[in-house]
Amino acid sequence: MGEPHITVTDLTMAYGDMVIQRDMNFTVNRGDIFIVMGGSGCGKSTLLRHMIGLKQPAKGSIFYQNLSFWDASPKQRRRLMMKMGVSYQSGALFSSMTLAENIALPLSAFTKLKRHEIREIVSLKLALVGLAGFEGYYPAEISGGMQKRAGLARAMALDPDILFFDEPSAGLDPISSRLLDDLILNLRDNLGETIVVVTHELPSIFAIGNNSVFLDGESKTIIAQGDPKTLLAECEIPKVKQFLTRGSSRNDDKLASGATKA
Amino acid sequence: MSASDTKPSLSSRELPDRRLEIVLSGDWNADSARPSTSEILAKLNPSWAEIGFDTTGLGQWDSLLLTVLKEIGDQCQLKGIKVNRSGLPDGVRGMLQLADAVPEQEGVRRTPPQPGLLEKTGLLAIAAWDETIDILAFIGEATVGFVRFLFGRAHYRRVDLFLLIQECGANALPIVSLISFLVGMILAFVGSVQLAKYGAQNYISDMVGLGMSREMGALMTAIIMTGRTGAAFAAQLGSMQVNDEIDALKTMGFSEIEFLVVPRMLALILMMPLLCVYADLMGMAGGSLVGFGLYDISILEYSQHILARLRFQDFAVGVGKSVIFGVLVAISGCMRGMQCGRSSQDVGMAATSAVVTGIVMIVCADAVMTLIVISMKW
Repeated sequence: MGEPHITVTDLTMAYGDMVIQRDMNFTVNRGDIFIVMGGSGCGKSTLLRHMIGLKQPAKGSIFYQNLSFWDASPKQRRRLMMKMGVSYQSGALFSSMTLAENIALPLSAFTKLKRHEIREIVSLKLALVGLAGFEGYYPAEISGGMQKRAGLARAMALDPDILFFDEPSAGLDPISSRLLDDLILNLRDNLGETIVVVTHELPSIFAIGNNSVFLDGESKTIIAQGDPKTLLAECEIPKVKQFLTRGSSRNDDKLASGATKA
Repeated sequence: MSASDTKPSLSSRELPDRRLEIVLSGDWNADSARPSTSEILAKLNPSWAEIGFDTTGLGQWDSLLLTVLKEIGDQCQLKGIKVNRSGLPDGVRGMLQLADAVPEQEGVRRTPPQPGLLEKTGLLAIAAWDETIDILAFIGEATVGFVRFLFGRAHYRRVDLFLLIQECGANALPIVSLISFLVGMILAFVGSVQLAKYGAQNYISDMVGLGMSREMGALMTAIIMTGRTGAAFAAQLGSMQVNDEIDALKTMGFSEIEFLVVPRMLALILMMPLLCVYADLMGMAGGSLVGFGLYDISILEYSQHILARLRFQDFAVGVGKSVIFGVLVAISGCMRGMQCGRSSQDVGMAATSAVVTGIVMIVCADAVMTLIVISMKW
């Protein structure tokens, strides 16, 4: 633990001529729970899409350990991508397959496991996300929160080194969202995984994150990074302060618990 | 992985005080073959007081190890043997705890039903009956919506209607041209071979003209539009269903029939007759090419023959049919779209089923209408 796992250098992201973010530099260490935060539309999800290899950077590179993702050969890239698990915002489960088939898909395609072994791994993964017994259900038959957890079970199917979460708690009730946070912490503690979370849910940010970057939509670059709790206590940049205290820029300590307002 | 990997192994050792210790060693990962658990599972019986683990020789591990441990754990629970997990690495223990955290709820697991032959027949019959009711209900609702439209009481977006008219009208011209031109040629070619035997090749134009205007123009246009537009309607409404868009329309107080189905029906009712006349003319043009190429019938002669032979009724019959076909294409496409389930596969099935339903309805309706037209001597 502690060694750099993902290193982003001079990354500029753009759609055509429209630059989303420029000159981004940061390092995610092994075993980190790394938060990407920022206001709506600042490019959080775009950054995630760059990190998981769905979109090529306009400039700069993303290193996994010492291997630059976009300079690697297609084969190396596929290898790297198999070591990543992605939990998408809406679950992104294949709607025409049952939960078991969804999770079994990468297992049957990329491992030599036998059918009954796959079945057992599928049951285990579903049990891990609290969905024991739901193997035969179709995504449309379960609730949104369950879909999200099933999506996570699929992301974990191949025992990835790095798990990416896009807005894991969006659309979840506070208790489910808290359970998901606990699950993320558990995965990191028990498996030593590196976890990257895109979110703007303050309670989650403080509960799980131990490192973060703050993207700013106006200046189009990272304006703060570090442990979110330290940022809350020490960061003097008004925008960051405002974000982390839920809109208030005053320096009262009652605002530290501002997340519970409203 | 690397050559230094050791194979995973699983064995057991009996300890005093009726304790059984399971020894795990080697690297357990998805690349390695999973050792058989049957031997250990067979050993598990209630005579053991406690199961323990020795993992001093354990290297890497992943889900494979967890599934084995879970299998053993479940078996022990069944037989009432205590499991002592203290010998396992922290991470393994944590993951197993997580897996046990939310126990399976009762009644959640489902076994797919396997109906017998009799039950299957019954289910099919019920489904066929429901289907009939659905079609009738949809036609009824669409009619009500259409009547409301005629009285100017339907809510819909006019711009949608114009886009739909463009989509089912002008945008369909290339494919309608190609198909009807070729159909006209085929009619002329097949017929002329027979006619030429009696030296009656001059009647090619009559045959092509009558065939296209009374029957083939309308029928071919309808089949093209089912495949082209009916399927598109079904896919579009189906994916709106998947995205909750239709629910959104309903909750906003729009009638989905008035908002989505009526404009589509109207666009087809307006455009199908035009396409049909266009297809008739294209088909006749195709026929004239064959007449000119094979039998030296000049274009002038060909068209004079047609003008002398064809009556207004011949066109009217085809155009009348095409209006009915337009309604059928719209109904089959929209109905299958509205009935669509909520998965991507359902959208595909809706499109397929729209085409099948559409073509079946069109051919049946055509047979009935042809009978009526002939018996009325129109």
